[in-house]
Amino acid sequence: MTKQLTAWMQAAPMALVLLAFLVAPIIMIVIVSFWGATEYSIYPAFQFDNYDFLFGSPVTYRVFFNTLKYAAITWLLTLLIGFTVAYFLAFEVRSLKWQIALFLLCTIPFWTSNIIRMISWIPFLGRNGLANSTLISWGVIDEPLEWLLFSDFSVVLAFVHLYTLFMVVPIFNSMMRIDRSLIEAARDGGASGWQVLRHVIVPLCKPGIMIGTIFVTTLVMGDFITVRFMSGSQRANVGRLISNDINLLQYPSASATAVVLLATVLIVIGLLLRVVDIRKEL
Amino acid sequence: MTTISKVRYSRRTLLKSGGAAIAAAAFPAPMVWGQESRDITLRQFGTGVSNLNEVATKVKEDLGITLEMTALDTDSVTQRAATQPDSFDIADIEYFVAKKVWPTGNLQAMDASKIDNYDKIVGIFRDGKLTPESTIAQGTAPHTVGFVEGPGGTSFVDNESGWMTLIPTIYNADTLGIRPDLIGRPIESWTELLNPEFAGKASILDISSIGIMDMAMVCEAMGEIQYGDKGNMTREEIDKTIAIFTEAKQNGQFRAFWKTFDESVNLMASGEVVIQSMWSPAITAVRSRDIPCVYQPLKEGYRSWGGGIGLSASLSGMELDAAYEYINWYLSGWVGGFLMRQGYYSAVPETSQAFMSENEWGYWFEGKESTDTISSPFGDKLADAGEVRDGGSFYDRMGSVACWNSVMEENQYMLRKWNEFIAA
Repeated sequence: MTKQLTAWMQAAPMALVLLAFLVAPIIMIVIVSFWGATEYSIYPAFQFDNYDFLFGSPVTYRVFFNTLKYAAITWLLTLLIGFTVAYFLAFEVRSLKWQIALFLLCTIPFWTSNIIRMISWIPFLGRNGLANSTLISWGVIDEPLEWLLFSDFSVVLAFVHLYTLFMVVPIFNSMMRIDRSLIEAARDGGASGWQVLRHVIVPLCKPGIMIGTIFVTTLVMGDFITVRFMSGSQRANVGRLISNDINLLQYPSASATAVVLLATVLIVIGLLLRVVDIRKEL
Repeated sequence: MTTISKVRYSRRTLLKSGGAAIAAAAFPAPMVWGQESRDITLRQFGTGVSNLNEVATKVKEDLGITLEMTALDTDSVTQRAATQPDSFDIADIEYFVAKKVWPTGNLQAMDASKIDNYDKIVGIFRDGKLTPESTIAQGTAPHTVGFVEGPGGTSFVDNESGWMTLIPTIYNADTLGIRPDLIGRPIESWTELLNPEFAGKASILDISSIGIMDMAMVCEAMGEIQYGDKGNMTREEIDKTIAIFTEAKQNGQFRAFWKTFDESVNLMASGEVVIQSMWSPAITAVRSRDIPCVYQPLKEGYRSWGGGIGLSASLSGMELDAAYEYINWYLSGWVGGFLMRQGYYSAVPETSQAFMSENEWGYWFEGKESTDTISSPFGDKLADAGEVRDGGSFYDRMGSVACWNSVMEENQYMLRKWNEFIAA
């Protein structure tokens, strides 16, 4: 057996799994996106109706813009929080035991379901909720704040709450691999704390930041349930367009939207990968 | 109408019914003559309104038939009836859904001569008239999709052909729910939903086929649009309706939209919303928390809905007989009484009377002042002695239906516009 054949055979199982469960469904979605639909059935065809309608509606552009907006804001906030938490864990906490203990502490909220964590914000943020009644009793505000719940604010809040850990983990991982002597060397060379951060730690954390970024952006761009619950169905992102279509049995139109979303996400990730070459960095 | 009184479509029930379907397909039961109906299992699905475990328990007790229930939301019910014909024996669906589902051939017509109480079924479901003088409301009135020309019939007929698509089980007249304590003045018209006085405190349901009707009731009441038929709008009418509501949405009229029963209850009970589209059991649920909530009758009339059970096309032999037995039992009164004591109406009210106290019958059906406390079948107190039902008697309420839930010819266009409205 030649070496090459062995290599092919070794790669085959994974390739087959990906082919069957990733590539084939995507091809199917692309095909169905050209089909037509009646109220209760879909029929094979090759027509551009779904795309026509999608690109012809101003709502589509607004919704895609909204989706990217959520992704960008959430990314920025999770990055700031995630980096800070990871930095604290990696550099401020000295003993490995405590690092692990605190890291596990971060994951505790994730032992409950995503939806529960999200929904528990609703009574907290409501018009007569804890946040408003506390602020009123402190005399900070006279009238309940309406924008706390069912707004962009509550959507982003839930996203940040749900996805920050996806930023913490890869960044923490990168930070733990940084050779401490590099930091000492920088210090010896006269670098200030800020300069160490800016010129040593951040560049070496790039792969972690990038992996976290990919996690967070894809999760936010693909989400539909958080936006639905936290905005009280008042806001929409692409995921909601798709889920509305599916609920109404409009699979072809849902597929077309999904194809466009997939393309958008791939472009975003492509751009990110141009900034940092993860393979090289790892 | 309608979703779910408790969200009960857990993963387990899905797995169970899914598993049962697979098992049934893999091991078709051999026909053993003389096998008793006790061993028969019927798989029913529908919305949470009527898919209640109490019904399954009672039917097991009375007939020995095991009824496996799955409760889903309105959209999922349609989806399942249309796309998964082998996953159920009995579909508990709404009449307007029948219009979508019947053409798929997943249901079979029922022989009315095998239905004992057929003659006693309320006129709405037979010739469309509540009383001989009634006019028929707009929308998909149940009798228009209630009959087909014969067994295997594919198109609806406008007379009592003796072959029914669905057996009516439950229906009601819907209106807006309000919080009288937070509004503090009488509400009389659908226009109040868009009254700027309630900016940020109104809600509408995010189920397109029903939501568009509520919208139409509002637009018509405002005098903005005169509809030919609210249940079958033209594209122009749809555009205008959605435009009015999109503008209101952008002006911050709505606090939230709701899709499931419990969302509507929470919005109302927490005071986030003071006026919204609502279903009658949701009102009950708010009231049972001792929060005042009224199902406000409005001068323009009600938006009504009706549900019924249909038989899967694949039912045959003893299972089919058991299904007929179940239907006859359903109409014989116990279920009717059970549903009427929650504020719905039964298809055969007179058989239900026997299963209700005089006080209950007077309060729920005749619109009389209650002589004693009114409780739901689950034991929650719904009204004190001396109270009258919102909207009055059966004939007052069902007699002022302005429109039935429906499926329009321009349904797909409407769906797209609805999606735009939600995203706007």
